[in-house]
Amino acid sequence: MANDLFNSFMTGPDEQGRFGDFGGRFVSETLMPLILELEAQYEKAKTDDSFWAEMHDLWTHYVGRPSPLYFAERLTEHLGGAKVYMKRDELNHTGAHKINNVLGQIILARRMGKKRIIAETGAGQHGVATATVCAKFGLKCVVYMGAHDVERQAPNVFRMRLLGAEVVPVTSGRGTLKDAMNDALRDWVTNVRDTFYCIGTVAGPHPYPAMVRDFQAIIGKEVREQMTAAEGRLPDTVIAAIGGGSNAMGLFYPFLDDKEVGIIGVEAGGKGVNQKMEHCASLTGGRPGVLHGNRTYLLQDDDGQILEGFSISAGLDYPGIGPEHAWLHEIGRAKYVSITDVEALEAFQLCCLQEGIIPALEPSHALAHVMKIAPELPADHIICMNMCGRGDKDIFTVARALGFEMGEFA
Amino acid sequence: MTRIDAKFADLKARGQKAFVAYVMAGDPDYDTSLEIVRGLPGAGVDVIELGLPFTDPMADGPTIQLAGQRALEGGMTLARTLQLAAAFREGDDTTPIVLMGYYNPIYSMGVDAFLAAAKDAGIDGLIIVDLPPEEDSELCLPANAAGLNFIRLATPTTDDARLPRVVENTSGFVYYVSITGITGAAEADAGDVAPEVARIQKASGLPVIVGFGINTPEKSRAIAEVADGVVVGSAIVSKIGNCDSPGDVLAFVKTLANGAHTTD
Repeated sequence: MANDLFNSFMTGPDEQGRFGDFGGRFVSETLMPLILELEAQYEKAKTDDSFWAEMHDLWTHYVGRPSPLYFAERLTEHLGGAKVYMKRDELNHTGAHKINNVLGQIILARRMGKKRIIAETGAGQHGVATATVCAKFGLKCVVYMGAHDVERQAPNVFRMRLLGAEVVPVTSGRGTLKDAMNDALRDWVTNVRDTFYCIGTVAGPHPYPAMVRDFQAIIGKEVREQMTAAEGRLPDTVIAAIGGGSNAMGLFYPFLDDKEVGIIGVEAGGKGVNQKMEHCASLTGGRPGVLHGNRTYLLQDDDGQILEGFSISAGLDYPGIGPEHAWLHEIGRAKYVSITDVEALEAFQLCCLQEGIIPALEPSHALAHVMKIAPELPADHIICMNMCGRGDKDIFTVARALGFEMGEFA
Repeated sequence: MTRIDAKFADLKARGQKAFVAYVMAGDPDYDTSLEIVRGLPGAGVDVIELGLPFTDPMADGPTIQLAGQRALEGGMTLARTLQLAAAFREGDDTTPIVLMGYYNPIYSMGVDAFLAAAKDAGIDGLIIVDLPPEEDSELCLPANAAGLNFIRLATPTTDDARLPRVVENTSGFVYYVSITGITGAAEADAGDVAPEVARIQKASGLPVIVGFGINTPEKSRAIAEVADGVVVGSAIVSKIGNCDSPGDVLAFVKTLANGAHTTD
């Protein structure tokens, strides 16, 4: 890793919580003192060995880390080009990368004496992870979820309820992930004294984007070690799917200063980025704006009103993106592309058949881009994609998209 | 001296408390909204807070959020909101207008272009909910330089250590948010509010107006007793949401204004 901090991409955010022009603290005054307190507590925890010792103990024994780095041999042969590795974060407890971050925030919440945890969720993976860790520590958990997502992610709703969480279907606005985030913020502003807001992605007001990234960076740190052990060097390209962008930031961050490592983020192209309001590709199809506490790329109309995204994947269905991604995009350190629903579905099926892994629809987007570029690359080119979630939650959506009724299989 | 400063000087000279009414621009449609806004001064309103519609009003309850949705569905924009203010200004050159909303539509228009257009439209002050003092360089400082008041929110979580920073670049008045929560939710309590108002008056040297959780003439009077004035929003907006006629809405506003104006 480069030691020259003056030319490092890893020093952000600044004291204003900015990555270049992005990030910041655009919240109401009621929340401002809470955010400053959280920042102070996080700064303290960050350099506290006992905090990280607790994290590592839980990562090892509760989550099952390190997750394997897996050489996808048949897929590599099938694509006939670059060597494809998968970082198997779908094997974590609760089936996705989300729990890496939740553990960090809940340990912090316990240190701050907070007894009530709130969270927003889209696909339900962050909600399930939060409900899980709250159950483990005996904390009250309230999860805000768009009414539309409650409907299309019913198994995760039931999981959260089994784990003792209260799931609040959000009908305000259009009842999607961004509205769930609005309602979580409304809850927080109302219950400021006892409540900790556990944000699921690298967005929101400072310090959330940096804090969530730091908790997810375990993914990239492990890949560095595992790839070095397997291949004697770092990968040539790392690829991850992006909604808010936490699994991607977790994979990318430890590689930012390795200039020889190419970084590619894959946004949800829905029905196509040229279709207005039919995709969630904030960087490809949006422009800078301010929402949910930070300045970043947003899907918005000419008046600065926020547009609804669209994706087959509920986990990518958000009109914004983490501010650090917006910055990496602007300075060109990472490249961002988009993949349509159709392409993601194709990758989903190929992964099932070639590797015996049912991927979530989110990493299916990353995989679809791997399928595009791997055949054109030489056999000694190493790609590592983040298999950030498993697909059990998505089988109903996929069945519908492929034209099956679940009853047909009975 | 802005219209806001002049209004508070006048109220002070008359020994009267301020009554501030909030309505969403363009709710339920442009023409009805303009008719209501034009009637507010006659109903006893000292300062008009004009809501700027936004898709994601994170500090507002369902009443204000639905009002914003109605306005947006009717084609309301920031530009149309300023047009409505300008139309009001043609017939009233003294009642201050404070634009209240969220930052993104303004950022989208561009801060300099917005400030010029707002001045032209006769806007006197801004309350932008998601711009705390930490982000003063975004809009607060340019607005002050352009001669607009930037009115800050102070809340029950604003402690003594933080208060000087919160009031530092504030002018016109300070808006004290009487509860931790969203608009139109819990009820404000005069006993809790009184010491907070005194604390903020002392730190800012400005009039302190109390809002959130005031919904009846009695509450309006009780809170006005312990502050320099009150703001009512959701209670008025819900009348508009219920399709009450402008005349009925203004009659209700008058009862609230009378409450604030008949303090001991």
